Amino acid sequence: MGNNDHVIGIRGLRVDRGGTTVLHELDLAVPERQVVGLLGPSGSGKTTLLRTLVGVQVVTAGTVDVLGRPAGDPTLRHQVGYVTQSPSVYADLSVTENLRYFATVLGAGARDVARVIDAVDLARHARRRVGTLSGGERSRVSLAAALLGEPRLLVLDEPTVGLDPVLRRDLWDLFARLRDAGTSLLVSSHVMDEATRCDRLLLLRDGRLLADDTLPGLLERTGAHDVEHAFLRLVEDTIPPDGAAPAGSPRHLGGKAS
Amino acid sequence: MSTHDAHGSAAVAAGASRTEGRRPGPWPRAPRAVSLRLTLATAGRVLRQIRNDPRTIALLVVLPCVLLGLIAWMFDGTPVLDQFGPILVGLFPLVIMFLVTSVTTLRERQSGTLERLMTMPLGKGDFVGGYALAFAVLATVQALVVVAFAVWVCGMDVAGPVGLVVLVAVLDAILGSCLGLAASALARSEFQAVQLMPVVLFPQLITCGLLMPRDEMPAVLEAVSRVLPLTYGVSALQDVAAGGTFADVAGAVAVIVGFIVGALVLGTLTLRRRTA
Repeated sequence: MGNNDHVIGIRGLRVDRGGTTVLHELDLAVPERQVVGLLGPSGSGKTTLLRTLVGVQVVTAGTVDVLGRPAGDPTLRHQVGYVTQSPSVYADLSVTENLRYFATVLGAGARDVARVIDAVDLARHARRRVGTLSGGERSRVSLAAALLGEPRLLVLDEPTVGLDPVLRRDLWDLFARLRDAGTSLLVSSHVMDEATRCDRLLLLRDGRLLADDTLPGLLERTGAHDVEHAFLRLVEDTIPPDGAAPAGSPRHLGGKAS
Repeated sequence: MSTHDAHGSAAVAAGASRTEGRRPGPWPRAPRAVSLRLTLATAGRVLRQIRNDPRTIALLVVLPCVLLGLIAWMFDGTPVLDQFGPILVGLFPLVIMFLVTSVTTLRERQSGTLERLMTMPLGKGDFVGGYALAFAVLATVQALVVVAFAVWVCGMDVAGPVGLVVLVAVLDAILGSCLGLAASALARSEFQAVQLMPVVLFPQLITCGLLMPRDEMPAVLEAVSRVLPLTYGVSALQDVAAGGTFADVAGAVAVIVGFIVGALVLGTLTLRRRTA
């Protein structure tokens, strides 16, 4: 596969935060026009990886390319939509006021504001103050802001956390529609069930990639019947029987990765 | 271990450039010039947020009036209000705007909206400039109301032009905002932001000439007072209270403007797109 098939290429990425290594020599590539799930438990480094992709994370070493440019390149700020884990919108503004401001920053028009409000199904609440909305509604406002300007790549950090099953299903339907329209998506989650909605999976644990595969490929390789068990198999295969290796020792992990 | 090496190297080999090594400093490219459109949009957004919070507006405008009213009442029948009133008119806004700005920008950092904006095509100067502009508008409203209250309700009698009192009060309030913007970069919590107020403002209050005329201070303190901005605000207002004209305070006004610009530049430089 050539470079054009990838929206993200990462090589040898290492990120240290507060004296510990959060991501260890990570290598991965994300194909375009797919919904790629970044799955892993809390603390596995998902958010740090996503922050690196949108250029707000200080990187210790490695190469990170997004849409053919180094991550954080100013030209990418129009092309990558990012949703942080907690809803990053202004609680003291209405839904429309929030989106109008972000649309101005992105150079998107008023029609785009109406489009994204419809896309996340918030037309009924468009005039309401975000602070008065429920947690799930707030995170949809945050998602709507990331959809403004039709970015080529969407980086979504746990967008479905805390949502009821119906809304979760609707959001994954929306992700599939966006993909069909040509958008590439990288969606993190700690809910392993959501793997079934992804075209491809990245399993992350303790800052290292356990797997980069499709769901059927992963199940076949591990002989597991679902992602949860596949994850467990992979963890058991990786950790040596003596098992006492402390996470966060680069020398040890570097040796293991080779 | 499946680390997808084949794909990784293919993508990287054709990638534009490397981001090897730590890059904690400012953006490697020349920062984009400040965009007026985005600065205005940011200022409008900040003002809209404050408009949706009537209690803050009431505190901003009413609190200095109440404090001034108390002093006028306390020293009723003496010339104290005429002598010190103009100085207080410039002082209260500085303190209040410092607090309001540092807490507001800190909230922007903590809510994640700043991180979102830093992934968007918004310049750091647009962000800081937008905040400064929004708070300058508030500061102007505040200064006009407070001076009007002092003159018409409390009966403050200014020997020099009242317009000059308003001008210096507005500049002091903007200075407070800009210092708050710069200081909020140092604070990691609202608790710390509030504690920065005494750190930044109290030394200025002590040495600015309000407690003791500056020429009677020990030489070291007098030297310290020269490098602190409030000294020039108080000195200008003292001159106006004593009948000075614009020519008498032009130098001090220029110094305050210089400090405002300096604080804005500092606030922009301390803003980081990338954080650990």
